[in-house]
Amino acid sequence: MDTRTLADLKPGESGVVATVGGEDALHRHLLDMGITPGVTVLLQKTAPMGDPVEIHLRGYALTLRLDDARKITLR
Amino acid sequence: MHYTFALAGNQNSGKTTLFNQLTGSSQHVGNWPGVTVEKKTGAMLHHHHGQQTHLGLPRRFRRAHESGQAVPDKYSDVTIVDLPGIYSLSPYSMEEIVSRNFIVQEKPDVVINIVDATNLERNLYLTLQLLQLGRPVVVALNMMDEVRSHGDAIDLAAMEKGLGVPVVAIGARRGEGLDELVRRAMDAAENRRTPPKLDICGGAAHKALHAIQHLVEQPAQAHGMTSRYAATKLFEGDAPMMEELDLSEDTRHIIEEILSAMEREVGMERAAVMADTRYRFIEKLLSTCYTRAQEDGDTLTDRLDRVLTHPVLAIPVFLLMMLLVFYITFGPFGTWLADGFAALVQRGVDALGAALAGWGVAGWVRSLLVDGALTGVGSVLSFLPTILLLFLLLSILEDSGYMARAAFLMDQPLRRLGLNGRAFIPMMMGFGCTVPAVMSARSMNNRRDRRFTILLTPFMSCGAKVPIYALFTRAFFDGHQVLVMSAFYLTGVAVSVIVGLILKRTAFHGDAAPFIMELPAYRLPAPRNVARQLWDKASDFLKRAFTVIFLATLVVWFLQHFTFTLAPAPDMAHSMLGVIAGAIAPVFAPAGFGTVEASTAVLTGVMAKESVVSTLSVLAGVDPDSAQMVAALRAVFPTALQAVSFLTFVLLYMPCVAAYAAMRREMESGRLATLAVAGQTLLAWCAATLVFQVGRLLGLG
Repeated sequence: MDTRTLADLKPGESGVVATVGGEDALHRHLLDMGITPGVTVLLQKTAPMGDPVEIHLRGYALTLRLDDARKITLR
Repeated sequence: MHYTFALAGNQNSGKTTLFNQLTGSSQHVGNWPGVTVEKKTGAMLHHHHGQQTHLGLPRRFRRAHESGQAVPDKYSDVTIVDLPGIYSLSPYSMEEIVSRNFIVQEKPDVVINIVDATNLERNLYLTLQLLQLGRPVVVALNMMDEVRSHGDAIDLAAMEKGLGVPVVAIGARRGEGLDELVRRAMDAAENRRTPPKLDICGGAAHKALHAIQHLVEQPAQAHGMTSRYAATKLFEGDAPMMEELDLSEDTRHIIEEILSAMEREVGMERAAVMADTRYRFIEKLLSTCYTRAQEDGDTLTDRLDRVLTHPVLAIPVFLLMMLLVFYITFGPFGTWLADGFAALVQRGVDALGAALAGWGVAGWVRSLLVDGALTGVGSVLSFLPTILLLFLLLSILEDSGYMARAAFLMDQPLRRLGLNGRAFIPMMMGFGCTVPAVMSARSMNNRRDRRFTILLTPFMSCGAKVPIYALFTRAFFDGHQVLVMSAFYLTGVAVSVIVGLILKRTAFHGDAAPFIMELPAYRLPAPRNVARQLWDKASDFLKRAFTVIFLATLVVWFLQHFTFTLAPAPDMAHSMLGVIAGAIAPVFAPAGFGTVEASTAVLTGVMAKESVVSTLSVLAGVDPDSAQMVAALRAVFPTALQAVSFLTFVLLYMPCVAAYAAMRREMESGRLATLAVAGQTLLAWCAATLVFQVGRLLGLG
């Protein structure tokens, strides 16, 4: 069974973060920016060329690439 | 008593605005020792406490003020250190390491933590980490006016109680609340009000943290940091902290055991536990002090982004915006501004020349001053309006929050070059001036990305080349100036793409750093900030105009008027410059401009690109704005093809010495920077030769 990730959300959909992956710097940076297990994330939109995506969480907007969004699994 | 206040906060929190407000024009910009992270310090302005003496402060504060002597009162001796904009104190970026080291090692008397009140949840994440460093902290809640306009309310007293440190509402942009902020900071400094210990975690995490804290009590103290801070960092798996504390093998082992047990119990990895703990604490704190009006669905930012990052509209709007920037800068308005200013400068030069003649100054001195120095500097000065206009527009885009959207839009194409969207900002700035552009690459914390971006930035045709294009297009393509100029700009971009693609597969093989960036809310740029940036640019440009470029014109004048035996040269061909340039000239013959004049201009262009035009004008002995200049230019470049070839070379060859110096500094490798500019020059020669030879085959010669 495939685990759903942040990259699977469609624009306008939200999800609750289960685990945050990535190596050292990336992992820590994602956490620091507030992407922690249990937080609700809204996928606001995709950039015109399909990547990166804009997400809304904790009252602010963040952009990250699909490659990195795939490392964040959802409940 | 002398105090140091450190200013810490997230990016986009208004930190620069607050710093400018507190320090005025007294700031000093340098680098942190050993690393290329900008260090800004400034003396705190007097007037921020001038008013306080009337607000019933203790008499000892008042005395100096009332004595009316020239002695500065005790507040005036405050140094403000602007720490880099950061989101955390993790060990993964230079900015964050510099910040934590500064606070732990330099022990500023107060850390002023500026917090964006519209974005409390994420901003307070840094606050919780700052509170652990053992220095007094004062929280400055910025942008309170926006919070209020949403109908929201923040209970400052409740927040103070929750955090254990003073919380002051400010409006950095309008300078509101700064006196109160300074008063609370002075109080914290004088009474050394270090923050009380906050217990932010519970359960297994709490137990683990306490156990580690006990273990490292001694080594932490020996290294001048609080055990809470050291323990928290070890908890997060912070490798540099492990090294710094120099813990025994045994202790390391026990810590690992404690953390592994904790991870099993909580069911989460250690760094995630700590991040989660902090955010939970913040959520709880906000529930006691933040009252949200009912959800107001649409913010201004949402509405703007509906167009500005629209799936279809975004790119056209972006291109239109860039075109508009260029049209304003180089179109009728920019030209009008530049011409008006140039005429003014010329009048000044003429008046000085006449005055000198009137005072009976010797002919050769007049020639040196008027033909050499003044004409050269004057022609450079006349481009000040163009450069400032471009910088004005770029800094408005930056401060409004649009540049972050541009990075969002441009990430995908830049990624194909092995870069990320953030590289867009230095590249864009490169159209203004390569020096600040190279410096702005600092925002990329990955060295590979930074070096790669810096390497490509000089291909973005800088503002100093505008006069060269302007002159040449006027002489050879009158009526098609905008078209021809755009072609050169696009050629520069195209070359950077080709070079980028080649380097990505060779020298810069590997992955780009992750691209995770905040999209800040749109805000009207603070006029004071924009003015400040413009002033910095203007003064930097003027400094260069009157030092490097002034010197260059003097040297050129000297080399041009004297022979190697230091006798006055009968004509250009026999002067030192003529001989040197004549020796180099054949190199450019395949590119179609193997003349002494062209090679001289190329040589002086290395000093500063502005010198290309002034050299050509000095060599021809005519004013750069005059009609004779066009004729003089046609004498040097008989055909338009030769002019295009020359412009191609100028577009691509090594940037000026100032940019080269910046590249050396920011690439952290003199060898790499030298290799880069040598490669650029070689590439320029090849491109110019290609243009000329192909053009000739096509019969354009």
